[in-house]
Amino acid sequence: MTDTNDTRPHMPLGLALRGYTGVIQHLSARDTGSALSDIELESRLIELGFVEGARVEVLHEGLVGRDPIAVRVDSITIAVRRREAMAIIVA
Amino acid sequence: MELPLLHLALVGTPNSGKTSLFNALTGSRQKVANYPGVTVERKEGFFVTPQGRQVSVVDLPGTYSLRGRSPDEEITRDFVLGKASGETVPDLVLCVADSTNLRLTIRLLLELKRTGRPMILVLNMFDIATRRGITVDVERLAKELGVPVVTSIAVRKGGTADLLTLTDEISARLAAEPAENNWRALSVAELRSTQREADRIIADCVSLPSRPDTWTARIDAVVLHPVGGLIVLALILFVMFQAVFAWAQPLMDLLKSGFDVLGELVHDTLPAGLLQSFLQNGVISGVGSVIVFLPQIILIFLFILLLEDFGYMARAAFLMDRIMGGAGLHGRAFIPLLSSFACAIPGIMATRVIDNKRDRLTTILIAPLMTCSARIPVYTLIISAFIPARDVWGFINLQGLVMFGLYVAGITSALLVSFLIKFFMLRDYAPAPFMLELPDYKMPRLKSIAIGVYTRAKMFLHRAGTTIFSMMVLIWFLASFPQPPAGATEPAINFSLAAIIGKALEPLLAPVGFNWQIAVALIPGMAAREVAVAALGTVYAIEGGKEAAEQIGQVLATKWSLATALSMLAWYIFAPQCASTLAVIRRETGSWRWMAVTFTYMLVLAYAASLVTYNVAVALGAG
Repeated sequence: MTDTNDTRPHMPLGLALRGYTGVIQHLSARDTGSALSDIELESRLIELGFVEGARVEVLHEGLVGRDPIAVRVDSITIAVRRREAMAIIVA
Repeated sequence: MELPLLHLALVGTPNSGKTSLFNALTGSRQKVANYPGVTVERKEGFFVTPQGRQVSVVDLPGTYSLRGRSPDEEITRDFVLGKASGETVPDLVLCVADSTNLRLTIRLLLELKRTGRPMILVLNMFDIATRRGITVDVERLAKELGVPVVTSIAVRKGGTADLLTLTDEISARLAAEPAENNWRALSVAELRSTQREADRIIADCVSLPSRPDTWTARIDAVVLHPVGGLIVLALILFVMFQAVFAWAQPLMDLLKSGFDVLGELVHDTLPAGLLQSFLQNGVISGVGSVIVFLPQIILIFLFILLLEDFGYMARAAFLMDRIMGGAGLHGRAFIPLLSSFACAIPGIMATRVIDNKRDRLTTILIAPLMTCSARIPVYTLIISAFIPARDVWGFINLQGLVMFGLYVAGITSALLVSFLIKFFMLRDYAPAPFMLELPDYKMPRLKSIAIGVYTRAKMFLHRAGTTIFSMMVLIWFLASFPQPPAGATEPAINFSLAAIIGKALEPLLAPVGFNWQIAVALIPGMAAREVAVAALGTVYAIEGGKEAAEQIGQVLATKWSLATALSMLAWYIFAPQCASTLAVIRRETGSWRWMAVTFTYMLVLAYAASLVTYNVAVALGAG
């Protein structure tokens, strides 16, 4: 059951709704509209544990525009805005 | 043989329990200062190892990497590399990890290893990890990392014994190990590969339970609920302010009667004259009226430290991010702004966690609008003199409600100002990212909290003993000299310098309902807001004699109209009356301009708010 990732469509984590679970496929920091440069955004995401293969689950959403989101990344929980989460491609 | 002082540095990610370890190691033997040239707090403590080695340990700012993307993180990097000016290279680096959450720390440690500094990995909060069913193969971890690993339970007595022993062992053979620094900033690919390496090592050495911490999940289900979470947040803030107002009262009354007794003792022992007046009116009633607020300041810091230790602060930032975003603020601004309720100075210094310059500037500009604890004395005095202590709706204390209202007014105006800044000054820029770890909830560490509250209380008392004391002496002097001519029938203060200054300012302040006594009190209030209370006490004490000094609240109730009292409250929501805050703004923004901007906009708001309040109140018959 765990190898269904190949068949699931790839999507940015920034579009995932509460309850979504998946695995990080790759990071794509280009054109997210973040105030950070591509390299800086990617570095920070990695430093917070968003690396390929990590399991993610969207645990909570904020009140306004379902933003930001609280994401379980393997064993830790990270709060991130949807804008930056667009750089994380999951399936 | 006396060995030289051993220098340790604590490095770790935010939430790794670094500070509780620091407190456990050093107890209250701590020194808090700033690094030269930057306003990063430098916390150093001292202890002695079992073998009698004197140790100095520095608690470095939390960081996820050595890239140094904020002034705090740069300090951590430079300190470890021995490049921080005026600092000794640490003999030994303690890399502190939360045992329940090793991923990010192991990655940081792999990066730290490249610096060549001798290092120990401290698996802190090991008891919590064990309780959750996490097992760590410590020996294997040490072998894979090539770094000694030790477990610790910072909060338990003797929980750091292993760490102390290991420190002794390692320090004994330190000199033999030459340090070579191979560190350079990591590329994205290297970051990724170190994280992979860290994950591999963890997979080899750590076994995680199949289910995560259920308590955190259960609490978060309520606390991070989009609507429920905000209600919880509002409740917490409400309880906090009711508590600060209601619970502290008995203790404050006790302190107050203590100072009254002391004042009378001086009055009865010394002959009438200048010395008696100076000690009783200037020193005891002046400084006493400020120290009386110690219980409230302790309570507010207690709440803030408890919430922080519990892990709630990050949640509050999460809940408030978009809401504050509407007002042009970053979610991370929530913590500095909340700290500003205690004092704007640590609040403004805490804005360093905001790495975007414009977000940070906005937060700095509005932080002084948060109701700091120095306003509490002024609010308390006026509220207890003018607002009846009855219950509304059966259970809410009306005085507490007014207090709550003043806090709300401060917050609302802060959001409004921030919105205006965003709208007029800093238009069209993409909002800075909000990325924050939400740590698992932890039972607050009582000893650590006690040390934190103690440090703050000490700072407050120190201020009361120095700044406030000297201001009180000045006020007493202004209010006592020149002495009235022989045979004068009017109160002595009417002839004093204070009256001359106050009366000169009176025409300016008359439209907002302030009399010259208030004008006199506002001047030393520039040094510190709470001094205004003491100054009013001194002014009215000298005017009205001993009874007045004891019952300053009652005196105000007879001397002021309700409209004046309300106008004074409105004034204090906004007034830029704190020289230290202005000085910190100047230092943090690096420019006089922003200090002047803050001063001017707050003064204008204060005057306008008082003007409206006074005239509305007079029109409603409260004049």
